[in-house]
Amino acid sequence: MMALGKLFRTTAFKISLAYLAISAIGAGLVLGMIGWNMKHVIEEQISQTIETNITGLSEQYAQGGIRRLVNIIQRRTRRPGAGLYLVTTPAGEPIAGNIVSLPPDILAKPGLVEMAYQPPGDMGGKHRALVRIFVLDGGFRLLVGHDLEEGERLRGILGDALLTSLVWLVVIGTLGGLWVARRVLNRVDAINANARAIVAGDLSGRLRLAGTGDELDRLVQNFNAMLERISILMAGLKEVSDNIAHDLKTPLTRMRGRVEQALRSAKSPEDYRGALEKALEESDRLIQIFDALLSIARAEAGAGREGMSDFDAGSVVRDVGELYEPVAEEHGVALSVFAGTGLTLHGSRELVGQALANLTDNALKYGAPDQAPPQMAAGSVELSVRRSEGMIEFIVADHGPGISESDRPRVLERFVRLEGARSRPGSGLGLSLAAAVARLHNGSLRMEDNGPGLRVIIRLPATPVRLETEAPLVLPKPDKAA
Amino acid sequence: MSLMRILIVEDDSEAAQYMAKAFREAGHVADHVGNGLDGYARARDETYDVLIVDRMLPKLDGLALIGSLRAQNVQTPVLILSALGQVDDRVKGLRSGGDDYLAKPYAFSELLARVEVLARRNRPGLGEDTLYRVNGLELDRLAHKLTRDGKDIPLQPREFRLLEYLMKHAGQVVTRTMLLENVWDYHFDPQTNVIDVHISRLRAKIDKGFEPPLLHTIRGAGYMIRDGTR
Repeated sequence: MMALGKLFRTTAFKISLAYLAISAIGAGLVLGMIGWNMKHVIEEQISQTIETNITGLSEQYAQGGIRRLVNIIQRRTRRPGAGLYLVTTPAGEPIAGNIVSLPPDILAKPGLVEMAYQPPGDMGGKHRALVRIFVLDGGFRLLVGHDLEEGERLRGILGDALLTSLVWLVVIGTLGGLWVARRVLNRVDAINANARAIVAGDLSGRLRLAGTGDELDRLVQNFNAMLERISILMAGLKEVSDNIAHDLKTPLTRMRGRVEQALRSAKSPEDYRGALEKALEESDRLIQIFDALLSIARAEAGAGREGMSDFDAGSVVRDVGELYEPVAEEHGVALSVFAGTGLTLHGSRELVGQALANLTDNALKYGAPDQAPPQMAAGSVELSVRRSEGMIEFIVADHGPGISESDRPRVLERFVRLEGARSRPGSGLGLSLAAAVARLHNGSLRMEDNGPGLRVIIRLPATPVRLETEAPLVLPKPDKAA
Repeated sequence: MSLMRILIVEDDSEAAQYMAKAFREAGHVADHVGNGLDGYARARDETYDVLIVDRMLPKLDGLALIGSLRAQNVQTPVLILSALGQVDDRVKGLRSGGDDYLAKPYAFSELLARVEVLARRNRPGLGEDTLYRVNGLELDRLAHKLTRDGKDIPLQPREFRLLEYLMKHAGQVVTRTMLLENVWDYHFDPQTNVIDVHISRLRAKIDKGFEPPLLHTIRGAGYMIRDGTR
């Protein structure tokens, strides 16, 4: 009973029911129209026949008088299936014909009249007929009529057919609806059971496709795409927590070991002081990693969007270039800055600045001469910004060893440091933060071969030029560097 | 730095005790209260040079405390301490009337340097001169000119601002993050020793070939412009 109730509540069944109602109304309308038209056509035909008969008989009367008329009528009424005839005296006394009784007053009515009468052979029921009274010269009345029984019977058959077909329609429609609903419900139930099993257990499972390519299959495909995305996110989360465990626990372990060692074996106040200073350094490193992780997490969660404002992209590039220029000189690297004016960006100046600082820091660290193959002309880093197809592109390019194409997606992940970078200071979070900042601004970060070296490009959507009617003109912040 | 009276409004009493002890060791007076309402009452009724206010406090939240004080026209400089250290948190804190913002966990040397700068700012007649002078080093803020012992020293615009900030706070420790914030207007941690390199460049220009050295490195804290003969 529950199952049947569920079946009745399905969308498929409700749709079947609606179709059923519509087709029932349609069938009724069509048959009704046919019936009405039929009645009309039959009556038309009868009245024409009556008219012709009357014309013929009145001609016979004009030529041969009442005797001839009576003769003809008597001859005609003897044939089976004949029409109705009656001739009466001016007073209404029947002279000849096949009508036994007449409703009163019928002889006085002009034109076509419908009346009930009793046919001579049939004593059972009254029949209905269409008749016309014609007054002949001399006052005799001539009644010519036609039985309507035939037409009535035809309409009865039609009505029966309508009723029967309606009953069948309802029965077949309901059963068909139930069948369709059951089919759909079975598949939906299967999908549901499948989905529940996946959610409860192994997220790597996927929903089965029926292979029909219909709307349910498309739904299943979308469900599977969603599951795919969830697994990727889960894998990312797991990787991050594994990395956090590793990269936060390593310095913690070191710090703990150092403190323990000092407690066990330090002899002089200097020993203790040294151990404490090291511990302090380690804890500062931990704080740095923590801050960087928080910044990335917040940028990825879209936090800080409310603090965004319009700023000049060129001045940020110049700021960062100027900030790192002495560092570059110390590394023996020529840092050149190409930044035009009028490149307005809506976003967080602070975060974009930090992203560029991270990239510049990397370029100086890994693009320095001692990192490049000896025959290459290393030792130059370019920092630039330009407009490109409605976007603003920040480019940080070095001529160091670069990053092989296969490693590029990996280095964007948190804590990933390539071989050769591990020996140098850094947390493996700089590129991750830059990529997160790009995403926060609805932009992207990509890496290219700088032939030789690495070119990192951050593409952010430029602020659309606003009309003064839409928004108040924002005056640029005076550049403090100038 | 002369004696400062400091009020610490912080609900973690152990951290507050450490802080108060460190301030006393540095020669200052530090009081401590554990919740926002007491902090508000003390700050309103007594005279302090600087308030150190934790952002999340029982009874009255740190930002609300600052708002109430400012509404009562109490203009004592406030340094906000908070575990929330991101850019937008800082902006919110400074907008609600705070004068400086420091994220936890912090180095005490950083806190001390910032508190000293805040306390000095409220004393009239200092810092807004058009001419800064330390020993023979003279920085003319209007003419954008620097001389030492009468000799012109050409500076890049940023170097000029760096030195200007250091000389404005002559005799006070200025930390690397304070320099990045005030000279470059960025708040992130640049990781590499960017500021140190700028300082050594500046030092080469103003101290090389002159006696005594004026730009000093304060180990574990930052930098200070000081008359070395003192």
